[in-house]
Amino acid sequence: MRTSTPARVGQYTALLAYLAFLAFPFLWLVSTAFKPPRELGSLHPTWIPEDPTLANFRQAFDEQPLLHAALNSLLAALAAAVVAVLIATPMAYVVARRRSRLAKAVTGWVVVSQAFPFVLLIIPLFLVLKNLRLVNSVPGLVLVYVVWALPFALWMLAGYVRAVPPELEEAAAVDGAGRLRTLVSVTAPLLAPGIVATGLFAFITAWNEFFFALVLLKTPEKQTLPVVLTHFIGAEGVADLGPLAAAAFLATLPSLVVFAIIQRRITGGMLTGAVKS
Amino acid sequence: MHARLLALVLLLLLAGCSSGGTRDNGRITLRFQSLAWQEESVEANKELVKEWNATHPGVRVEYVQGSWDSVHDQLLTAFEGGEAPDIIHDASDDLADFAYGGYLADLTHLLPARLKSDIPRRSWETTTFGDGVYGVPFLQEPRVLIANAKWLKRSGVRIPTPEKPWSWAEFRRITEQLSGRGKYGIAWPLKEPVSATLNLSLSTGGQLFHRGADGKVTVRFEAADQVVPRTIHAQAGTDRSASPTTLGSGGSDTLPGFFGGRYAMVPLGFSYRQQIVQQAPKGFDWQVLPAPAGAGGLTQGVSPQTLSVAEDSPHKKEAAAFIDFLLSPRNMVRLALGDWMLPTGNRALNDPALRTPEHGWAAGTALAAHLRPAPAQTVRGYPEWKDKVATPALQEYYSGAIGIRELRERLEEDGNLVLARYQR
Repeated sequence: MRTSTPARVGQYTALLAYLAFLAFPFLWLVSTAFKPPRELGSLHPTWIPEDPTLANFRQAFDEQPLLHAALNSLLAALAAAVVAVLIATPMAYVVARRRSRLAKAVTGWVVVSQAFPFVLLIIPLFLVLKNLRLVNSVPGLVLVYVVWALPFALWMLAGYVRAVPPELEEAAAVDGAGRLRTLVSVTAPLLAPGIVATGLFAFITAWNEFFFALVLLKTPEKQTLPVVLTHFIGAEGVADLGPLAAAAFLATLPSLVVFAIIQRRITGGMLTGAVKS
Repeated sequence: MHARLLALVLLLLLAGCSSGGTRDNGRITLRFQSLAWQEESVEANKELVKEWNATHPGVRVEYVQGSWDSVHDQLLTAFEGGEAPDIIHDASDDLADFAYGGYLADLTHLLPARLKSDIPRRSWETTTFGDGVYGVPFLQEPRVLIANAKWLKRSGVRIPTPEKPWSWAEFRRITEQLSGRGKYGIAWPLKEPVSATLNLSLSTGGQLFHRGADGKVTVRFEAADQVVPRTIHAQAGTDRSASPTTLGSGGSDTLPGFFGGRYAMVPLGFSYRQQIVQQAPKGFDWQVLPAPAGAGGLTQGVSPQTLSVAEDSPHKKEAAAFIDFLLSPRNMVRLALGDWMLPTGNRALNDPALRTPEHGWAAGTALAAHLRPAPAQTVRGYPEWKDKVATPALQEYYSGAIGIRELRERLEEDGNLVLARYQR
């Protein structure tokens, strides 16, 4: 199907407009992070700060333990991603390969569980973690993140597993490979991109998560970055805009880097098996 | 069978819950969750905790940073899980549910006479629920008019003082006089129109919530309640003296236009002065004016910041002693200066540091005696009435979509249906 030049120009213009729309908040955040207070209150704000300053970053680091919080976030997000993938991969294999009622029920439950509001879960979850002595601990938070990420990880990985032709596994079996050998040597390498994409997705979800971290972590030295960011916001939503923007900019960077790395894999993963070859 | 099993599991879970404070080698540790967020305020709180710890070796206080944005949900979960901080910083309008829910300790017999007598009764009313006192009100902020001083001077209008404030009618005339050629006399930031309208309506004798002999509360939107909304409506819709674009904005959003000379005045909370000091262009001359007065004088409603003790805390006496230390007159001044707010304590209010004309401190301090509990303070169901009925109705009224008659119908008829559900 050929597209005429005016139509193509229109498409690209629309795409550029959409990209500009998406990029606007981030670029504005970067610009704000480098503006001195007087420029923040200007009626004619500029994209590029007239008198750029690092004072907002200095103040943000002076006021709140940002590095420590970032380290907590990193630890929780990495652990959650690894554990979620380790659990979700065999589950996804079973769900994708066994066409049983159980597999269907699991898939149905996965979809339903995504509709649960946070507030419904938080109090029972809090009590359970408290009795496990895991409140105010990063392992407790990791446990919650794993449970929270599992349904989506399972759903995503199941798509990847379905995309691996069963004939390959059958051929390996014909060649004498055992079940485990087939999984390790044939299926796993083909699933690798999906595993990486799923893991990174779980990482980003955990990195950005706020509510569970707010409720579960009590002491300042345990708090994660999204929780610490709210400390720049006062009553009635008044914000210390400069330091908030500086801290938020730093908090956004890991997500951006990770997304830049995985975005092709994620779209690949979601579309795998969408059409029959 | 399943229900029994579930009940058993829940009971076991609840049985494991413990209380807040801890005792370590004979030393008590108390957790103090503070919502301080401005640089100076966080610093003042941390310094005070440090000073307490240095002078009280037997009772160590641990500073925990909370956030205004999510304090209600966070506290509710902590209370339910038996993990609440021992000393809790919050706002008085957030306390009713926690107090009635039995989560907060009654401080009536825990606080020293010095503190009780230093804070006026009207402030204590904001934290009194039933027969108990569930928080110590310590900081409050009136809504004031921040004005472009040069503009006002040039225009020749009478500058109001707390002794001779503008009436609402005079205020309307003056904003009209200041407007024209794309400039406005006033910019109302009314993203949250309910508390602003209700609190300012006390100045005109508005009451809105009426408690009957049976103790039940009903809404009546009477003439005295209508003065403030009618004035704002007329400024925005008839006189064109209020900027229509800021009606849906928050306070901070009006500042660039104010600094840029687009509006002569902005009605803001007293603590916004800190942002103005930080962000105003060099040479920008501003001043603090009292909000207009009516039949009720300069009276307006406030929801002070409070300090409470968790009912689950095993060390309530020590927690109350820490609150007493934190709110000694000298320390209350430090907290007030850090938050750019007014202290509730009489002795702190008289401190020369808060009586200086610089940055409008004196103008604000003069209003302290006129501050009363916000009208909705003890009305159960108020949050739902506010979100589902009053906010959309007032927003539509101020934007001109509905008239005063429909506003009244909605506030009263829909509103009373909501409140009735909470008072059965």
